[in-house]
Amino acid sequence: MPAETEGTEGDDRSSGLAGVPPAPPLEALHSTGDGSGRILARFPPARGGSALRLHELWSYRELLYFLVWRDLKVRYRQAALGAGWVLLQPLLAVTLFSVVFGRLAGISSGNVPYPLFFYAAFLPWQLFAYSLAQSGNSLVSNERLITKVYFPRLLLPAGAIIAGFVDFAIGFLLLLGLMLYYGMVPTAAVFALPLFLLLAVGTALAVGIWLSALNVAYRDVQHALPFLTQIFFFATPIAYPSTLIPDSWRIVVGLNPMAGVVEGFRWTLFQEGHFEPLILVSALVVAVLLLSGIVYFRRVETTFADVI
Amino acid sequence: MSAPSIRAVELAKRYRINQRAGYETLREAVARAASAPIRALQSSRGEPGHGRAGALDGYHWALDEVSFEVTEGEVVGIIGRNGAGKTTLLKILSRITEPTRGFFEVGGRVASLLEVGTGFHPELTGRENVYLNGAILGMKRSEITRKFDEIVAFSEIERFINTPVKRYSTGMQVRLAFAVAAHLEPEILLVDEVLAVGDARFQRKCLAKMEDVGRHGRTVLFISHNTTAITRLCRRAIWLDAGRVVDDGPAHRVAAAYLGSGLGTRAAREWPELATAPGDEVVRLCAVRVRAEGGEITDALDIRKSITVELEYEVLEPRWVLVPNLHFFNDEGAYVFVTADFHDPAWRRKPRTAGRYVSTLEIRGNLLAEGGILVGAAITSFNPDVIHLYERDAVSFQVVDSLDGDSARGDYAGPMPGVVRPLLPWTTERVE
Repeated sequence: MPAETEGTEGDDRSSGLAGVPPAPPLEALHSTGDGSGRILARFPPARGGSALRLHELWSYRELLYFLVWRDLKVRYRQAALGAGWVLLQPLLAVTLFSVVFGRLAGISSGNVPYPLFFYAAFLPWQLFAYSLAQSGNSLVSNERLITKVYFPRLLLPAGAIIAGFVDFAIGFLLLLGLMLYYGMVPTAAVFALPLFLLLAVGTALAVGIWLSALNVAYRDVQHALPFLTQIFFFATPIAYPSTLIPDSWRIVVGLNPMAGVVEGFRWTLFQEGHFEPLILVSALVVAVLLLSGIVYFRRVETTFADVI
Repeated sequence: MSAPSIRAVELAKRYRINQRAGYETLREAVARAASAPIRALQSSRGEPGHGRAGALDGYHWALDEVSFEVTEGEVVGIIGRNGAGKTTLLKILSRITEPTRGFFEVGGRVASLLEVGTGFHPELTGRENVYLNGAILGMKRSEITRKFDEIVAFSEIERFINTPVKRYSTGMQVRLAFAVAAHLEPEILLVDEVLAVGDARFQRKCLAKMEDVGRHGRTVLFISHNTTAITRLCRRAIWLDAGRVVDDGPAHRVAAAYLGSGLGTRAAREWPELATAPGDEVVRLCAVRVRAEGGEITDALDIRKSITVELEYEVLEPRWVLVPNLHFFNDEGAYVFVTADFHDPAWRRKPRTAGRYVSTLEIRGNLLAEGGILVGAAITSFNPDVIHLYERDAVSFQVVDSLDGDSARGDYAGPMPGVVRPLLPWTTERVE
């Protein structure tokens, strides 16, 4: 049997059965897509391979594209307003919070008009909350796929987040429109915005990956998730400025990555507030959470089809 | 020399018996974690053994040390009754689930077809679903685009390709899904019992397409309990039972052994031992068989063709007037009809001599509705009334409707109610 990689050398019919067969990299399977190679890939792979197997994810990028495309296509089908909801939802939220917090409660938003102050924070929050809800349930809601076909399961929570990103892009245009309406022009600081956006996505992905995997085994997650998100919403200075937070709580709030994100958005867009160095700590926390989440996910994903 | 394409080495899969029944809640997990030290103590006294005894401690071995090797271009059938481990094997080879023990190696791109239309979304159009389903099955976008027209032509639903799939009849969905699957070109194709759906003509078309796949040097593993399909498509068959390989060899030999074991088709039942066969001292049942119009024993019957059910029995005590009768029930348990042999002029009111008899009933085509039929077989005498035997679920078969437009359903492809589906004459004339 011809072998084209080092990994399968000497792995003939007799040796593989008894001893520990060599393990070619998982990606070997996909490099034979053109049908020319005759490489044997072994499953389950022997220990010691890369825990993340990011290479495999890359080879499934087209499926990721189609999963996102499906979610986007299906979302507003048979809704009379269709994609209009992408604009309507934030507009309603801005109106509601402007009336309740801006007018009735009289919360001060500094030099920025309250609707703008609120929306600049609500926009990344919405991305986070939507992505979290979608990715947290992504495995359970795709049970049929998981039990009937193989693909890296990580595509599901990741895809759910990408779909949320499209809403964000549209919402961002709305935000720019609002700024023009209020006569505010973003300064050069706006170029730092993608960094905060990255942190928001990273947070959603990290929490989403953990929760989606846990949700497979423990459906408690999907019941708790809406409440946790709501608590998190009020714990984050979205509807109110961070100056309202007592000093003794500053550090706790500063560790909330989403607090850093919304403050960062306001800071980059309006020079409102200041850069909080604590955000670096929360960014580190997110990085650890994300990495450990992916490792955990890839470890347990082989059991999803049995447990779900 | 051909290279091995799949090599399975001592594959074993263990399921917790209640694992499939549901997921564990957090509360249960906490309770389990709390009792872990106690269980650790127990297991140190003796590791629960691998094998049959496993069932005692809440585990079930769906697969047990299954090893085999398939060479490139081979088309291998896997037969076995429900619960034999066929689907578990396929799920392991397609990497949906991991084996508890053992491993396997593959040489090439693997595509699996455990179900027709995996990932079909009802809100999307036929066209969109072709792309989505194709991607899920492992096709590249460019590949789907290249084959798109061919796929649509194969599915025969060109006119509805831009209609949401939720407006399709089941038959149309199956056709579209099959068309996508039929155009997969992996090096290794794993197919579960998906051919059991769809109408007979379309099934044949898919079988032909699969034969084609085999001829192009691709390796195919095909799971079925339809031995006819296995012997037609495969030269080699592996018979699984209770998670173990019972037999592995030429398809005809293995299929015959499987059928002979009584685990095969439900279209025929035989009782070789007269002493234990259903019946009394007057008459004993030897066999019940369902045959299609061509005479072959099969459990999938075309709605348009006639079906014969034959009763073979041994008369032990002469001088009785025997009336064989058959009882038909559908999937939902409805009593479709009963029919008895009162009218054959040769035997009408005449007692039978001892010996072997075969009584045959013909059900004309276009009478039964599509779906499963369960047949009860009985032999009765009247005056005095004696039921010599009644075998409730003697045989069963499946009536498959046609989408060619010449059965009672005509061009209608949706679900059709009723326990019978007769093709009856209609006339229409213009009166004004």
